[in-house]
Amino acid sequence: MSAVAATPRPRSGASWPAGRGRRLGSLVQRWAVPAFTALALFYLLIPILVMIAFSFNDPPGRFNFVWGRFSLAAWANPLGRPRLEDALTTSLVVAFVSTIVATSLGTLIALALTRYRFRGRSATSLFIFIPMATPEIVLGASLLTLFVGTASEPWKSLTGGALFPLGLRTILIAHIMFNISFVVVTVRARMQGFPRHLEEAGMDLGANEWATFWKITFPLIFPGIMAAALLAFSLSIDDFIITNFASGTSTTFPIWVWASIKNNLPPQIHVIGTLIFGAAVSLVLASTLWERRRERRDRRMASHEAATNP
Amino acid sequence: MRVRPGLVPWLLMAPGLTWLVLFFVLPNLQMLAMSLSTGTISRGWTLTWDFSNYADALTRFPDQFRNSLVFGGLATLLCFMVGFPLAYGIAFRGGRFKNLLLFLVIAPFFTSFLIRTISWRIILGNDGAFLTVVRDWLGLVPANFSILGSALAVVSGLTYEFLPFMVLPLYVSLEKIDRSLIEAAHDLYAGPWRPGGAIFGGLFGAALMVVLLSGLGYLPLAAENAAGIATAAALGGLLGGLVGTFLISESFARVVLPLSLPGVFAGSILVFIPAIGDYVNVALLGNPKTQMIGNVIQNRYLEQNDYPTAAALSFLLMAGILVAILIYARLLGTEELSGGRA
Repeated sequence: MSAVAATPRPRSGASWPAGRGRRLGSLVQRWAVPAFTALALFYLLIPILVMIAFSFNDPPGRFNFVWGRFSLAAWANPLGRPRLEDALTTSLVVAFVSTIVATSLGTLIALALTRYRFRGRSATSLFIFIPMATPEIVLGASLLTLFVGTASEPWKSLTGGALFPLGLRTILIAHIMFNISFVVVTVRARMQGFPRHLEEAGMDLGANEWATFWKITFPLIFPGIMAAALLAFSLSIDDFIITNFASGTSTTFPIWVWASIKNNLPPQIHVIGTLIFGAAVSLVLASTLWERRRERRDRRMASHEAATNP
Repeated sequence: MRVRPGLVPWLLMAPGLTWLVLFFVLPNLQMLAMSLSTGTISRGWTLTWDFSNYADALTRFPDQFRNSLVFGGLATLLCFMVGFPLAYGIAFRGGRFKNLLLFLVIAPFFTSFLIRTISWRIILGNDGAFLTVVRDWLGLVPANFSILGSALAVVSGLTYEFLPFMVLPLYVSLEKIDRSLIEAAHDLYAGPWRPGGAIFGGLFGAALMVVLLSGLGYLPLAAENAAGIATAAALGGLLGGLVGTFLISESFARVVLPLSLPGVFAGSILVFIPAIGDYVNVALLGNPKTQMIGNVIQNRYLEQNDYPTAAALSFLLMAGILVAILIYARLLGTEELSGGRA
């Protein structure tokens, strides 16, 4: 035993061979992984930085691909392009409605999957996962097939006309569909380690299931629901591929960008992209900070109670 | 009225599951039916069990199929090469910043994917930042070298777009590894991995370099390129060998890496299959010669209204992902897959 303990052994990583390069070597070993992590994260953020920078561009041509000179023109007039405001409004409406519906439906599924043990539970969670792994083009193409298919026989005579005319309604159907799975996964992840004994305590103290849910369960899982709603909102407002299949002649912001790219690419696109990114990130930060503060307050109250009621 | 307790979870799930059945399962069945139908958009379609749509789909687009497999494969490989150290760094060295670092990994999702791809078009353009540095300042490539419109641009775009889908499942499986196993490996005298690291690193680096350069079309695998291939292999082997010798420890090679394999497989599925179906990267960064299966589907559906062929292609993708997921779930469970996208 003592022989083992006395033998120096490397704590982590490989050891550099003894010699002149040793100092440099151990420095490289210690910092290679963190340095690579930082570089890779920077790489992930590069296109976002470019988007922000090029929102201040006055491009030399119709396309905002090459840096001209610094300008605030697009920021002063972010909606100053034909039909851009309508597209943005459609995007916001779709994002709000699909977020609310998908978050409600998804949270119910997440509750069922985490709080109950039942036959078919793991099959259900696999089923919920499949839409997330399905390529967006397949989701879009299959929905379009359904929408077009229901406009022809035998459906047409059964329903008296097109069941799903392409437009705002079909965009909403699509967005709610792809958001449900993301909501389920996010809420479930936050419910891991959920303190079931608090609910049991509530029931022991005479609360019925309804009261227990609203007074104990809901406040506890609310941060998870908020996180899911934020994710759903940003997925919805940024979605292009599925929307492109489901939209018909309706135009959301990404569809507007796609249509415009053939003729021109105004810096307004980058301004609105920056605004959406900024809003999403601030909401995430705000909800994280709020959650932290609440946790700290809960801890303080708990320790206070413990001190006063020994 | 009392509800039978066994029904409660199903009642909770009913609305959401109904939505998914109506607008996910049913559309795919409709697409399957469409892929076996004949007809046109004006006359309508009839289900004729016409399997020639599949034969058509598989034989009429050989270039697009080859591009899809090569570009998707290369993007998956590159995502792994970048994503593994990144996920490892967050899981093992992230400390109390783990959540912040993970947030940075998904931060790109808060910008429209179109705008991110447009950003790459700005960066990789002939007057963009990348070529300014590599071509004008460093002189590493000839003056007439351009990236936009090439396989390199498409693969770069795909790698960037799907990197988070590789990192998140990898992170889940790395984070789960019991740290005392690594301690135990050290107690059992796991040290630097030599000469294994040098040999494996060298071979892997050489193979990776050759596959990348030939896959991107810069160095076709032909006899007249033998000298170039040997040089590329030597360079890759040297780099890989150095990394393998000095940075890969025995405990990593024999404990961490094997335990992270479920994450590697999950990440590879989540990158490869969506990458095959992508059409935006080709549209914005590639040219007609770099088209992939996704472009064919998009074009047939939205521009030519040739639904049966497009449905057949699209259903092949769907079948691919279903088979991959079922095999994966059977062998390894569902945790990395479904925990990986939260």
